[in-house]
Amino acid sequence: MGEVKVIGSTRSLFCTRIEWALKLKGVEYEYIEEDIRNKSPTLLKHNPIHKKVPVLLHDGESIAESLVILEYIDEVWTQNPLLPQDPYQRTISRFWAKFSDEKVLLGSFDACKAQGEEKQKAIDTAQESLAFIEKEIEGKKYFGGESIGYLDLAIGWIPLWIAVMEEVGEMKLLEAEKFPFLHKWSQIFMDLPPVKECLPAREALLEYFHASINYLRSLEANKQ
Amino acid sequence: MGEEVKLFRGWSSPYALRIVWALKLKGVQYETIYEEVSNKSRALIEYNPIHKKVPVLVHNGKPIAESLVILEYVDEIWKQPPLLPQDPHRRAMDRFWAKFGDEKVLPSIWEAFKKQGKEQEEALSIAMENLKFLEEELKGKKLFGGEEIGLVDIALGWLANLVSVFEEIIGLQLMPEEKFPHLFAWMQVFADIPVIKESWPPRDKMVAKFQALREVHLSKEAQND
Repeated sequence: MGEVKVIGSTRSLFCTRIEWALKLKGVEYEYIEEDIRNKSPTLLKHNPIHKKVPVLLHDGESIAESLVILEYIDEVWTQNPLLPQDPYQRTISRFWAKFSDEKVLLGSFDACKAQGEEKQKAIDTAQESLAFIEKEIEGKKYFGGESIGYLDLAIGWIPLWIAVMEEVGEMKLLEAEKFPFLHKWSQIFMDLPPVKECLPAREALLEYFHASINYLRSLEANKQ
Repeated sequence: MGEEVKLFRGWSSPYALRIVWALKLKGVQYETIYEEVSNKSRALIEYNPIHKKVPVLVHNGKPIAESLVILEYVDEIWKQPPLLPQDPHRRAMDRFWAKFGDEKVLPSIWEAFKKQGKEQEEALSIAMENLKFLEEELKGKKLFGGEEIGLVDIALGWLANLVSVFEEIIGLQLMPEEKFPHLFAWMQVFADIPVIKESWPPRDKMVAKFQALREVHLSKEAQND
């Protein structure tokens, strides 16, 4: 079917979701680890516009933007479909994936970074977004229904990355009493062998987030 | 078949226009409900409780929000003429460019529009870098979709209207023809397509609205100094 390579960084949740998709479909691939603080000519060649990971290389073509890559993988390798068949259900999946990346992820990160007076407000905002996701998983085993799907992969960053952000940001975000359904889904999701296989080590993530948050906070302090 | 299609939209929003174009190109009959940002209807809030924004498409009672998500839905339900190609790699590229338009091009042009002085110069230079990528992508093509209008043309079509409105207001060129000959030519071809031409919101109202918006932004900036 052609050679498949992933240019990625094991600390990037956007890259992990690509690996999950490939593993679930039994696609063999080569992983090229990128040092995002020292970008390689290969990355710059294959993603000149954003200069970011992940990039999927397939048969000499490159594709960037993780949600775009997920749809590409689903269309090329049709076994174990990720997106639902029904057009309206597909639309709902796309809507929530976009919402998760634009509101939940950014909101969680902002809450992690926030300090002092702004912190509680940032946590409240992040939890408002999480509440929508909680409603979406209520009554379902996976976001994809009975089996894991595109939306599970798009939201799959939550169990590990929010835990890391909670520790680094010294806050509680995904409290079990407030988000029982998300907690239940997290346990089922994180237990799946293909999911576990691709997760970065918690320690490495903690280190990475500590460094990023400290750097961003110092930038903001210097502006004042 | 008893198809019921409703589009909740604002009169000037470039996001809503995308849906209008897609529905018209595909010959879909639909009802338009105009919404005021400052006075949102109960129906809108019920159909889009998450963002409370337009556009929202309601198809047989089922609501869909987020214009690029709506476009893909429209393309899957009403298949002719297709907006996305069949080939997975080309589909991925189309999605990539549509996303690039919304996440980079549009915000950078908006920044250049609402700032002044040195900040405007810097914003303008970023906007032009983004436009250069689009210019490259258009080489050898009549439209982003090739010979026929496609998803990327629809996603970027706001350029063909808003750029000249913004340029008139700020008195600066955002997209000079010498620097962007392909984009310039594309805007003419795109704007000439009948369905596109007939759907532009009234230009004088657009100029007045965006002039007012710019003044609000500039005075907010002045207060922050």
